[in-house]
Amino acid sequence: MKDVNYRTVVAGAIREEMERDERVFLMGQGVQAGGSYMTCEGLFDLFGPDRVRDTPISEDSVVGCAVGAAITGLRPIVEILYCDFALRAMDQIANQAAKYRYMSGGRMAAPMVIRTSCGYGASRAAQHSQSLESMFFHFPGLKIALPSSAYTAKGLMKSAIRDDNPVIIMESFQFYRTAGPAPEGDYTIPLGKAEVKKEGTDITLLAISAMVPQAMKAADSLAGEGIDVEVIDPLTLVPLDMETIVNSVQKTNRLLVVEGGTKRGGVGSEIIASVVEEAFDHLDCPPSRLAVPNTPIPFASNMEDLVLPNSASIANAIRRMLR
Amino acid sequence: MEISREILIGMYSKMLLLRRFDEKVVELYRSGMKGLYHLTAGGEAVAVGVCSALSQDDYILSTHRGKGHYLAKGGDLQAILAEFMEKQTGCNRGKGGPMHIIDPSVGMLGANGIVGSSLPIACGAALSAKLRRSGQVAAAFFGDGAANSGVWHECMNLAGIWKLPVIFVCENNFYQESVPVSRHSSIQDLYARAAGYNIPGYGIDGMDVSAVYEAAVEAVQRAKRGDGATMLECKTYRFHGHSEADPTKGLRYRSGEELAAWLEKCPLKQAKARLLERGWIADAELEAIDQRCTQGIEEAVNFAKSSPDVPAEWALKDVFTDDQGEICHEGC
Ligand SMILES: Cc1ncc(C[n+]2csc(CCOP(=O)(O)OP(=O)(O)O)c2C)c(N)n1
Ligand SMILES: [Mg+2]
Repeated sequence: MKDVNYRTVVAGAIREEMERDERVFLMGQGVQAGGSYMTCEGLFDLFGPDRVRDTPISEDSVVGCAVGAAITGLRPIVEILYCDFALRAMDQIANQAAKYRYMSGGRMAAPMVIRTSCGYGASRAAQHSQSLESMFFHFPGLKIALPSSAYTAKGLMKSAIRDDNPVIIMESFQFYRTAGPAPEGDYTIPLGKAEVKKEGTDITLLAISAMVPQAMKAADSLAGEGIDVEVIDPLTLVPLDMETIVNSVQKTNRLLVVEGGTKRGGVGSEIIASVVEEAFDHLDCPPSRLAVPNTPIPFASNMEDLVLPNSASIANAIRRMLR
Repeated sequence: MEISREILIGMYSKMLLLRRFDEKVVELYRSGMKGLYHLTAGGEAVAVGVCSALSQDDYILSTHRGKGHYLAKGGDLQAILAEFMEKQTGCNRGKGGPMHIIDPSVGMLGANGIVGSSLPIACGAALSAKLRRSGQVAAAFFGDGAANSGVWHECMNLAGIWKLPVIFVCENNFYQESVPVSRHSSIQDLYARAAGYNIPGYGIDGMDVSAVYEAAVEAVQRAKRGDGATMLECKTYRFHGHSEADPTKGLRYRSGEELAAWLEKCPLKQAKARLLERGWIADAELEAIDQRCTQGIEEAVNFAKSSPDVPAEWALKDVFTDDQGEICHEGC
């Protein structure tokens, strides 16, 4: 299998789904020109202005439009370049899309995909570097996928588009410059199945999105010290594959969750609480979170490096936990 | 346009149904029915005039004040009352209540508890109709207060650039709760704003069901021709307080004289007078219409009362279509 660029894979997955299902269409700022990160390249030429729609800077109403289209039989995809901008659309995401099924007593569904990014480490400062997955995580009714490789980008995108519920896909923009193996042709990755990236016996390291490569690097360097780390990428936060996580903790008896979002109220807080409820007796030391201390993301690279977890700080945290 | 006898009688009957329904809701609410009820009374002509211009498969999106829109669109009296009374037979299976009435079977895509938020959903339904080439239109009801939400302006622009088959129906009842339009809006004729979005906008007497109907028919035709959106600003008034939580009929912030003057313009009174003046209806028939309304409502109340309560466990269903995805799958 040859390596394919992550963003080419994203565009390809959308293209294949648009070919497969004429109900699928795309809206976003600049998508006709291929999107600011070129994750929609070639789609306009293939599908034209009805199905590849440039929008004004109206995140609130564009997401609302997607809700309206979804509940009346279409399958919209909305691109919101940075998750920071999704805050403008949170009413439609959290009050409307997430609740349509429920409020209607199961009579309606809002099958739609919001593609947005999360990410940091590019000196983009406080309003272009957030990882807001924990915010979406709060609202019942939204599925959340965070593909961390070309392979998962395609498989999860296809599952998300075919899912009958609203799905948020968060693509860390660090990945846009990467490439990896992704088979041609149709395949899906189920929402709700974690991936064990590396098996190990000493500690479970759960890494979210762009923290996955950092976690793998940390596991590599710790292997040289005789520490055997099990790295898990949940791939989706909702549904969350608690079974894989709990099984792993029952084996390793330790858990570290690493994420690029704020520590307080973060994804790690919730996952650890659930693990404590389900597997307290198996824990040999307090489970721990590595996340952004409760600050916004600064601009200067040395400050940004300080607040964000990386392979070195992950390795250090693990050494401490195993001491 | 000449409105036929049949249509005017039909609209009068619908308006009366909405009025009698409001009265029943007040009665049930006072005897313990739960929920927050924003009533239609005073605004019947807008709901009925617009919905009478729509077909069954056209869409409406509504507001917190959405019961009248639903019934005017052909909604099910039994289903809505059962919903209010927390019954299994309720249109939202007990999960919506008065601010979230949804019934796709008559194109009612949703009332909404968040002011302004149903507007983009209407645009999306209209976009969907356009992409599917179904010929449907979407009507979005909203208040004078909603017209100052950012999303309203976004929607007007979107409908303008995408030529969406949508009708923006502003129910300008001069108040956003206690705040008068003179204090919340930079302009008093809200329809004038439509020009800024390249959408035709009209000021309509919202107490005259015929005027509303005529304007709506034209807007529907424009939408179906592919010529895009229309904004209808219907000046109207609410006869009750903002919700039934205010039993003073809003007299804390508006005068009794003002209310009395608007009661004179009651849309039912006007329609009835027109029917009589034209000799289109006799007293006996008016009486029969009223009886049918009251009887239908009475039957619906009985239906709701005899329906089984929603089982509490239903609270845990319908978060997702596949009812999975919850994080605590065990022990919670
Ligand atoms: C975003 C939002 N802000 C405030 C409220 C509280 N609220 C409910 S109805 C209402 C007044 C709405 O006025 P208008 O749009 O004129 O509708 P009317 O009640 O007059 O029909 C307010 C402020 C809300 N539901 N949603
Ligand atoms: Mg008002």
